[in-house]
Amino acid sequence: MKKFSKLAVTEFRLFLREPEAAFFTFIFPILMLFIFGSIYGNRQTEFFSGYGSVDASVPAYIAMIIATTGLLSISITVAMYRERGVLKRYRTTPLSSSSVMISQILVGFIMTLIGAVILIITAKLLYNLRFGGNVIDVAIAFILSSSSFFALGFLLAGIAPTARSANVIGMAIYFPNLFLSGATFPKQVFPAALDKISHFIPLRYVVEVMQGMWFGHNWSQHHRDVVILLVILVISVIISALTFRWE
Amino acid sequence: MPGQSVVKVNTLCKRYGKVKSVDGISFEVYQGEIFGMVGPNGAGKTTTIECIESLRRPDAGEVEVLGLDPVKDHKQLCERIGVQLQESSLPDRLHVDEALDLFSSFYRKSINWQELLLDLGLQEKARNAYVNLSGGQKQRLFIALALVNDPEIVFFDELTTGLDPQARRTMWELVHRIRDKGKTVFLTTHFMEEAERLCDRVAIIDCGKLIALDTPENLIRDLKEGQRIIFTLQDNVDPAQFHRIKYAESVAVSSDRITISGSSDHLISEVVNFLTGNGIHFRDLRTEQPSLEDVFLKLTGHQVRN
Repeated sequence: MKKFSKLAVTEFRLFLREPEAAFFTFIFPILMLFIFGSIYGNRQTEFFSGYGSVDASVPAYIAMIIATTGLLSISITVAMYRERGVLKRYRTTPLSSSSVMISQILVGFIMTLIGAVILIITAKLLYNLRFGGNVIDVAIAFILSSSSFFALGFLLAGIAPTARSANVIGMAIYFPNLFLSGATFPKQVFPAALDKISHFIPLRYVVEVMQGMWFGHNWSQHHRDVVILLVILVISVIISALTFRWE
Repeated sequence: MPGQSVVKVNTLCKRYGKVKSVDGISFEVYQGEIFGMVGPNGAGKTTTIECIESLRRPDAGEVEVLGLDPVKDHKQLCERIGVQLQESSLPDRLHVDEALDLFSSFYRKSINWQELLLDLGLQEKARNAYVNLSGGQKQRLFIALALVNDPEIVFFDELTTGLDPQARRTMWELVHRIRDKGKTVFLTTHFMEEAERLCDRVAIIDCGKLIALDTPENLIRDLKEGQRIIFTLQDNVDPAQFHRIKYAESVAVSSDRITISGSSDHLISEVVNFLTGNGIHFRDLRTEQPSLEDVFLKLTGHQVRN
């Protein structure tokens, strides 16, 4: 436990010293909020079934933060640690591979949570953010979505032969997820063809379950999202456990 | 002289695809010695040391370290050994003191890392990020990390590769100090001079096989090359007369430079007596002992760095 907590604290510090990662997790979502908030405001509209544009965007941007942490932050960090021999150096100590993985997940989770809280507070202060769900349901949706995407990040790190390829694959998956899932542009504006494609985009299900719980939907309306995210989680955990390499 | 055996390797084999990287190597390392494996790059040194460090699983043969099986007892063994790897790094923005604090937390038993900072001359760099350290400072940090659990055996794989001559000498001093604290040191190097200066015993490895294993002095003595006495003539004299010098086994002439070889310890005084006795003027007289480099050349038929 001592070694695990020290590793987690260290990873936490390193994350904060990484300006790019901190920017995309903490600052970028707020910039998005400012831009789209100043264009559309947060008036209630039938388009978002009685909610405003900001009310719908905040849970969607939280989905974006989850994707950033999983597909970019975790996958690239782990692949880089492996390529540069950091993991191999750990391997010569009594540290276990699960400590390495769990510390990454924990730090990713805390950073995502901080990013989400900053976003929520800003939206509340500037745009009078509305919330129609209950905190526990939103928390469950958040934990499920994060687990699923962080596991996907480990899977990427496991199958990518180099840090560079993890970077490229991560980006190649990240951007379609960002734009075709409803995380940045609401899927209500998608033409039918695009909407079809977006069903193959994993982040779509994060956006749906996060927005659903935010608006106070019943879980029964989101069975499909939950099942898909669980399947991604289980498959990713199995594959990343099998493909985990120290060097 | 040998203490207790702390590393036992018996007919170790490891192959990568079709290439036999290590091909039936056997040796023992004794408590308290500085044991060196030398050989050219690709000889199988790193593979061997990494099998002992429990980083790799041997294809065949037995390895025992401190009475433990490196494959089965990975965790227990890691508690008791310290390792510096040939190729590894730390996160760029990790500070020196944080790295030491972090690695100390991995072990059940650890020593005060503040003292290690002082010992290794890193105290002024304690708040520096890994990425801003020089090559020598990085290497000293890796030595500190290898010592943080007060290990019984310390492994150094190519410790001085890529360092400038001065930093290399600092490393040699550090290695001696580590041994003086009662630890066993197991190192690999492709610098023959380093092995000769540093190691109590040297294992010469080439193409995955152990070619020789002994103290550097014995290895050189077994070469029976004797010493070479080299000087430059200032007058025009006939070099053929040097064959008359007692104990001179061979005379080589290259313009005005004369090299006289022989195995007797009296050769040097005979040469000097002959030159002064015959009134022959000479300058730049020096003697050359055969080195481990010569041993390697003789045993393998090729240079270390090809």
